[in-house]
Amino acid sequence: MYRIVNKRRLNPTVTMMDIEAPLVARKAEAGQFIILRVDADGERIPLTVAGCDRERGTVKIIFQIVGGTTERLNHKEAGEYISDFVGPLGRATETEGLRKVCVVGGGVGCAIALPVAQKLASLGAEVHSIVGFRNKDLVILEEEFAAASKKLDIMTDDGSYGRKGVVTEPLKETLEAGEHFDEVIAIGPLVMMKFVVATCKPYGVKTVVSMNPIMIDGTGMCGGCRLTVGGKTKFACVDGPDFDGYEVDFDEAMMRGSMYRDFERHAYEEACNLFRKEVE
Amino acid sequence: MPNMNPKKNPMPTQEPQVRAHNFDEVALGYTAEIAVDEANRCLHCKNAPCVQGCPVNIHIPDFIQKVKEGDFEGAYGVIALSSSLPAVCGRVCPQESQCESKCVRGIKAEPVGIGTLERFVADYHNNHAAAEPAVPEQNGHKVAIVGSGPSGLTCAGDLAKLGYKVTVFEALHLAGGVLVYGIPEFRLPKKIVQKEVDELKKLGVDVETNVVIGKTLTIDELFEMGYEAVFVGSGAGLPRFMGIPGESLKGVYSANEFLTRNNLMKAYLGDPSTPIQHAKKVAVVGGGNVAMDAARTALRLGAEKVYIVYRRSLNELPARKEEVEHAMEEGIDFRLLQNPVEILGYQNPDDRRDPKNGCVTGIKVIKMELGEPDASGRRRPVEIPGSEEVLDVDCVVISIGTSPNPLIKDTTAGLEVNRHGGIIVEESTGKTTKEGVYAGGDAVTGAATVILAMGAGKTAAKAIDEYLKNK
Repeated sequence: MYRIVNKRRLNPTVTMMDIEAPLVARKAEAGQFIILRVDADGERIPLTVAGCDRERGTVKIIFQIVGGTTERLNHKEAGEYISDFVGPLGRATETEGLRKVCVVGGGVGCAIALPVAQKLASLGAEVHSIVGFRNKDLVILEEEFAAASKKLDIMTDDGSYGRKGVVTEPLKETLEAGEHFDEVIAIGPLVMMKFVVATCKPYGVKTVVSMNPIMIDGTGMCGGCRLTVGGKTKFACVDGPDFDGYEVDFDEAMMRGSMYRDFERHAYEEACNLFRKEVE
Repeated sequence: MPNMNPKKNPMPTQEPQVRAHNFDEVALGYTAEIAVDEANRCLHCKNAPCVQGCPVNIHIPDFIQKVKEGDFEGAYGVIALSSSLPAVCGRVCPQESQCESKCVRGIKAEPVGIGTLERFVADYHNNHAAAEPAVPEQNGHKVAIVGSGPSGLTCAGDLAKLGYKVTVFEALHLAGGVLVYGIPEFRLPKKIVQKEVDELKKLGVDVETNVVIGKTLTIDELFEMGYEAVFVGSGAGLPRFMGIPGESLKGVYSANEFLTRNNLMKAYLGDPSTPIQHAKKVAVVGGGNVAMDAARTALRLGAEKVYIVYRRSLNELPARKEEVEHAMEEGIDFRLLQNPVEILGYQNPDDRRDPKNGCVTGIKVIKMELGEPDASGRRRPVEIPGSEEVLDVDCVVISIGTSPNPLIKDTTAGLEVNRHGGIIVEESTGKTTKEGVYAGGDAVTGAATVILAMGAGKTAAKAIDEYLKNK
């Protein structure tokens, strides 16, 4: 059992937790992920590491409530326990030799983009962050991004905060203006990463994306997380989760990601009903 | 007087039409009366060829003698000298190609039902034994075991009995390895695996779940933590795919994923938290035990039609004979000498957002004939041009084997692997190229059987004991 040390609501649908898991905290690096189960017989879900405190032995996770499992997790409070927590899995984001990087985050993906930006900043790289959200209420981690970035662009779909528009707009303007980046690192919804890649391609700037497909074991056994990268089958859990964005077949990944959509919606509604009953 | 009946006492089973719709165990086991009758078919041969056929060398005629005498607990005592998991082996060993293939009674008629007797004895013990096993005296030496599948559990049990302080590290949330995520409930009830794991814990073995060696901890760190030897039984790895068009469509699973969802994550229960597709028509590609398990699982999940697509003939099917027979009785359609060339999917030309887009609609197979023997000694299947046919299915399960997991190899300097990625070991000891590290099971051989993995665990336990005694 793994104790929830700290819990904080970042916005109405996104929650941050620090989980006591000293072995994971000792090793976890930006870009890696963990798998957790909330209760016995629960689903295994992968979540990318949003930070860790090696001395306290805690790992930070940030999750959006999108299904039954995240709904159940969100009902756990600090001091309570979750049943399983394993990691760090996958390969860390490669940061060596990068001097100037554009980090693009979308929605809850910003939670994963932040530790990458922070690591780059701590290594002395110049970071330009572009983060996008649907609206003002959903903006998270603004101060943290500002601290890690030389330049920060905040975008909202409806213009209720920052600039109105999508993340690819300032990215394109920056590249068009002749700015040179060693790398663009994009973390967010598949469709956002697909368009970030499309935006970067004409300028030939290397673009790395962080993939988050359906997963079960997370250790290279089940093959559920397979992707087509450069025409070859790759497994996000052991070969990734970061891949060269130019090589990833996003359309296939989006199609595969919808496999259990109906089931997940149903599970989410069930979980919501369950908790509503408990409240009454 | 031995019982000279030429036929084995048949294993009582659930009726095929009934069992095809439930996940309860198919084989029901001998009664005491049948067990004694079957035991009396054993001639107790002096040279006991059956023992040579057993990878862990159980003293077969001796345990059968005890069954003849009605001393079932005594029989268990004999088996336990050699095997740590008899209730498992009695169910999943390919006896027809091991002990029973050497049985003298098998020359002219059917061999003695050694496997079914082993299962009877183990179940008898599990249902009757009340005494807790004595915790062996500790010798103060620590050994780490990587993986809690059949090789790891066997190695752990043998070392614990010798007095070592053993810790088993398991990547998943539950111990048992392939015995819990791979082999389905109807062939190996999970409470039997749990019982075996509990027995090890009673011997003083610690089981640490949620630790991925190669990630959470490395092998070198295990030595730093005070473990003096490490056994790697991390099992088979990444599933292989065929490289044909359509393998990424929705409804295409590796057998590992399909079985893990069903078994470990219990997708077969009503209201599961982990989903599985309840397909109407399923094609399982491959001919091993795993393929049989996947096909029969699909049937039990409610499929109306399940195919096994295998590129060679019935004679080459690598699965256990009993599993093939059970699958056929249950109505699985064997498409032998056929090979998939493409998986077909749905695409709505007018609506890119149609949720059915990308779902499997069929599998195109081509007929094969057997040509000259290949490197494996089996006749190579060759395509018959123009013989393609489409099977109408909504789910495809690929069960053509696995390639070793890279996590340990990539993080352990000095541990060498062969060109297939299997860990290189000295066969007689399980010793790897790194001092103090031993390995066995699928991590070494690639996909093989439970009993071979157990044999490797046993060999390594003996070698580790010698290594540490002489260190």
